Formats: sequence, structure tokens, C-alpha cells
Amino acid sequence: MTEYVVRFLVGGAVVSAFAMLGDVLRPKSFAGLFGAAPSVALATLGIAIYQHGASYAATQTLSMMSGAVALAIYSVVVCQLLIRARMRALPATLLSIVVWLVAAVGLWALGGGQA
Amino acid sequence: MTSPICISPSALREGRWYEYVVRFVLGGAATVLTGLISSRCGASFGGLFLALPAIFCASATLIEKHEIRLKREAGLDGRRRGQEAAALDAAGAALGALGMLAFAAVFWLVVERSVAGAFAGASLAWLSVSVAAWFARRKLRSARRPERDSGPAMSRSRSR
Repeated sequence: MTEYVVRFLVGGAVVSAFAMLGDVLRPKSFAGLFGAAPSVALATLGIAIYQHGASYAATQTLSMMSGAVALAIYSVVVCQLLIRARMRALPATLLSIVVWLVAAVGLWALGGGQA
Repeated sequence: MTSPICISPSALREGRWYEYVVRFVLGGAATVLTGLISSRCGASFGGLFLALPAIFCASATLIEKHEIRLKREAGLDGRRRGQEAAALDAAGAALGALGMLAFAAVFWLVVERSVAGAFAGASLAWLSVSVAAWFARRKLRSARRPERDSGPAMSRSRSR
């Protein structure tokens, strides 16, 4: 239980710090870089190394590469839904999570991912 | 030559207190979720969720809301402007994802040799690849549309 409380607090703090950095930067497209900052990764990998060691974290970051490519696809889809389909931000970003999930799992499976 | 990037600390005053709480909770929840998936399904599958765009949903929605609020204060509808602002954020996130890919690659290569080196090297790789990609995109766009960029200031978005 304590482990998940620590994860929650560390993750919340790191993500908030990157989000605030993105808030103060202009132009908006540059600030958007911080929307894809590895904030969850920084919080998670530190705990993973402490608990399971460096090779566990290496396995996680190998899979993270598929997730990152899926994130690029996700961002392009969100951009198109907002500009071409004129959707509002909340439905566009939530619906596109399905695209991220399919792309991430697909790329992971293509790369011979092992659970 | 002046830098196109600037810092606007007053932007923090545009946010409401609950918006910061929402992002803190989402960030914490995403980190807990990644830990849970890794412990149930293994480190390999759980690693995918290190790149989960959970926070992006909240950020894009907040950007859209802020832009709509600003336009409504000026007596305009603002919905289209809000969508455009969120789309610009998404375009930036697509470039940031390349930086995230570089982060993961460097961390994977270095972590078993040096933990501190992995964190430092991967963070540096994320920042340099993201910023380089942003400048490359900016240069490409201005090379493609020189007439638009040299047009009257009113035709250009102040937030681009």
C-alpha cells in the first residue's frame, strides 16, 4: 500500500512540475513538447530500479519505445480530429486513447514483446 | 536574432486551483496504473504505459478552456480558437514523442552500466531531440510558406 502512495505522490509531483513548465512557455507548439515529457517514466523508473534493479527498468524502457511511437501517432490523430473533424479537446483526446492503445500493443507485439 | 521561445510566468495565474489538483491526481494515477500493470502483466507490457498520454487529455482540455475564456471575455465565441490552441499543443506533443523515444533508447542502453548516467543522458536526449525537432519543423514551415509568414501581423496567430 505504502508503495502505491509513494508512486502516487512522486508521479503527481513530477507530472505537475512538467505541466507547469509547459504552461509558462510560449509559443504553444513549443509548450506542447512538455505534454509528451517522460514525467511518468521518470517517476516510475526510479522506483522500479530501487525495487527490482536496473535490468527490470531496462526491460520497461525497451517497451516504452513502442509506447512513444504510439504517442506520436496519437498526437497526430488528436490534431486532425481537432482541426478537420472540429471535435472538442476532451472527446478528441479520450477517443484517441484507443488509437494509442492499439498502436502501442501492436508495435510491442511486432517487436516480439514478452509479458 | 531573437529567440522565438519565451517564458510567461503570468500564465500560471490564468489557471484555477482545481486544474492543478486534476493534473496532480492524473499524474499520480497514471504512475500507480503503470506500477500495477507492471506487477500484474510483467515489466515488458507495463513499460508501454510509461508513454501513456493520460496527462495530455487534461492539458489539451485546459488549454482549450483557457482560450475560450479569453475570447469570451473579449465578446467572441472562441470555440474554434480553443480547438486550434489545443491542436498546436498536440502538434508539439507529436514532436515531444520523438524526444520520448530518444529518452527510452538512451535509458535502455545506459541503465545497466550507470543509473545516474541513464537518468542524466536520457533526460538530455529527450530535451535535445524534442527542441531540435521543434526548430526543424518551424524552419520547414517557414520555408514552405514564406508569403504567409511575411504577411500582415493580424493574419498570424499570436500563439503559434
